[in-house]
Amino acid sequence: MDLLPSILFLQSILAATWRMATPIIYAAVGEVFSERAGILNIGIEGVMLIGAFTGYATAFASGNLVLGLLAAILSGIISGLIFAFFTITIKANQIVVGAAFNMIGMGLTGFLYRAFFAEGQGTLSLKTFQTIEIPFLSSIPFFGEVLFKHNIMVYATILLIPLAAFVLYHTAFGLSIQAVGEHPKAADTVGINVFLMRYLSVIIGSSLAAVGGAFLVLAYADQFVEGIVSGRGFIALAVVVFGGWSPWGAFWTSLLFGVFYALQLRIQTMPGVLIPYQFLQALPYLATLLVLIGLTKRRIRAPKTLGVPYK
Amino acid sequence: MKEDCAQITDNPGIILCMQDIFKSFPGGVRANRGVNLEVLQGEIHCLLGENGAGKTVLMSILYGLYTPDSGSIYFKNKKLEIHNPKDAINNRIGMVHQHFMLVETLSVAENIILGKLPPWKTLNNLTAVHQKINQMSTDFGLNVDPTALVQDLSVGEQQRVEILKVLYHGADLLILDEPTAVLTPQESENLLDFLRQLADLGLTIVFITHKLEEVMQISDRVTILRDGKTIATVNTLDTNPKELARMMVGRDVLMDLKKKEGQSGEVIFTVEHLLVNDERGLPAVRDVSFQVREQEVVGIAGVSGNGQSELALALAGLLDCKYESMTLNQKSINKHDLSNLNQLGMAHIPEDRQKMGLILPFSVSENFIVETYKNEPFSKTGFLQFKKIKNYALSQVKKYNIRVGDVDEDIAHLSGGNQQKVVVARELDRRPKFLLVNQPTRGIDIGATEFVRQQILAERDSGCAILLISTDLEEIFALSDRILVIFEGKIMGEVIPEDIKIEEIGLMMAGTKIEAA
Repeated sequence: MDLLPSILFLQSILAATWRMATPIIYAAVGEVFSERAGILNIGIEGVMLIGAFTGYATAFASGNLVLGLLAAILSGIISGLIFAFFTITIKANQIVVGAAFNMIGMGLTGFLYRAFFAEGQGTLSLKTFQTIEIPFLSSIPFFGEVLFKHNIMVYATILLIPLAAFVLYHTAFGLSIQAVGEHPKAADTVGINVFLMRYLSVIIGSSLAAVGGAFLVLAYADQFVEGIVSGRGFIALAVVVFGGWSPWGAFWTSLLFGVFYALQLRIQTMPGVLIPYQFLQALPYLATLLVLIGLTKRRIRAPKTLGVPYK
Repeated sequence: MKEDCAQITDNPGIILCMQDIFKSFPGGVRANRGVNLEVLQGEIHCLLGENGAGKTVLMSILYGLYTPDSGSIYFKNKKLEIHNPKDAINNRIGMVHQHFMLVETLSVAENIILGKLPPWKTLNNLTAVHQKINQMSTDFGLNVDPTALVQDLSVGEQQRVEILKVLYHGADLLILDEPTAVLTPQESENLLDFLRQLADLGLTIVFITHKLEEVMQISDRVTILRDGKTIATVNTLDTNPKELARMMVGRDVLMDLKKKEGQSGEVIFTVEHLLVNDERGLPAVRDVSFQVREQEVVGIAGVSGNGQSELALALAGLLDCKYESMTLNQKSINKHDLSNLNQLGMAHIPEDRQKMGLILPFSVSENFIVETYKNEPFSKTGFLQFKKIKNYALSQVKKYNIRVGDVDEDIAHLSGGNQQKVVVARELDRRPKFLLVNQPTRGIDIGATEFVRQQILAERDSGCAILLISTDLEEIFALSDRILVIFEGKIMGEVIPEDIKIEEIGLMMAGTKIEAA
């Protein structure tokens, strides 16, 4: 008899998990591509913000969510091109350029938001992507709630991961990406265009980061808030490492983070809990870290030339 | 000698003609200063020269890795414009680099098809590739498993993959850059046989080396480079090692070292029942015991990868180990002492000068004092005495004849031989009682090799106990008073160089136990 509330509690947490993890999944899978090719883009937090704002502004102006998403992807491509130009062509330090992106992302989106939206005329909220209940499956007790009542951008991650893994491990393109991150000179000697591969990987990475950011305004919250990404880009960076630079690893690690994130949100809203919310907010970060330190026994190695410009 | 490539293009016998190649690098290094090279169809052509003579740069130009400042290349009677490796590959020119161009995390088959398929092609059907690799592997007796990950292969196997990578896609000209540098004598022998077999099938081979025996053994013709210039091209049958050495070095070379009769004295270093695990935690040195006496060189011979590196690292205190007893100068060495054996009279010339022997971004003079910087006169009340350091460095550079522009320049700019001389000078200058030397002449030119070996012998004659680890059998024979053969971390036996043939040692190196007669 006492079991039911616990099950419902667990159900509500797990139902939120995938949704919470989704923006991180997008950003982390993208970053896997970038880092596999040898480029460490710590600027994805900023790119996510740019994606979120672009997606929001476009969707708001046009009233079309899909257009908003496409605009966000475009902003990701442009961000990626700029990042790649500085780090690959000019060979600037990747950490410095990444940090600059984070600051620009924060400042630029905050400025534009205030300039165009903060005047408070009428509603600023969007009609977000709606929950799609999968027929029959969604009525399965427990699992229906957890797995089959989400919006399209959440479902899409389950297609994205196998696709990303397929591209990375089972196509000549993916092989080239791995090669330019491990041993760019070897790739060069067999005729692979190292610069081109790295450009493409960075662009894939930042486009997906922008999608992750856009998710926050198009399918999670219904409007843009300054700093809405709030560290998810940085979490994604850690997720890539803990996930062993593989798409599936990034996926599971993101979900793990999502569990704890959902858990702390629930605890915050529970009556009678006296833990200061700052501690609760730190929980997902801490817990993910601890769990993964426990789990990560096998020696996974970063791509050999991660962070090192070629020639 | 100098012919115009454009004039002789109608000669079908000449497959490659490179003329007046100039190439300099930022920083002023003039690697090629007017090189000419003519290679005949189907021959094995050696490119002989010391390190820094410009051999690799010349071939990298041909392979499209560097663009020459000037000069022309004719290949198969056509003027060739090569801007990147892809152009070379498309012209059926293949190259096996000294440092392998393999992606370690990928499989053999994946490495072989890397860059050869259009990007959208999926890899789900590698079976055909596997079959072709297996077929070629059997045909040539290469014994390569297409599904193995490159990181799990031995160096010799990786090299076979490199060659297979070129042959798989078809080539008319195969360039090999110092291919035997990383191989055991047996492996080298197999490789040379294999190359001969390929040449008989019509492949043209350019073989970069600085080893005279190899030139004599394998080549049809040889071109000698020195200081970025072509010295001569000769038929191998018309020359001899002595002449080649003179052309390569530019003076007569002392080929045989004079070794004085050994008069080994007191025991300086002993170790009993040493056990060392490698980085992965697997046993690498298994129950090794030996001693080294005053005025004695003990050589450790063996195929690379049989525990030599771990043995050296353990004795240098850089890798954890277990042992029953160890003494240096009659003093018992415990675990704590082991990490500062150099304070107790040991010096160490490590196998990898770039990673362990030197700090590459530091200057030459700083590298001279990395162990002694805290002591007077280099340091006073916590401040470095730059003038004294510089004077010391200048005197060492002079004493050991190290070729360096300025002792304040980065040591990374020195040639391998001169870098090694810095390590040797630094270690010997501490007047060690016990000297641990690992691969002292790997990858350095004849002149420096000669010098380093003489220094080791001189140190022995002045009383030092020396443990010499080397995979170069010739070196072991030339320097050692006693030889211990190591195989899979165990000592297979002890022999005296005068009493044994190289073949017998070869057997021991392959794991056959022979009791000393």
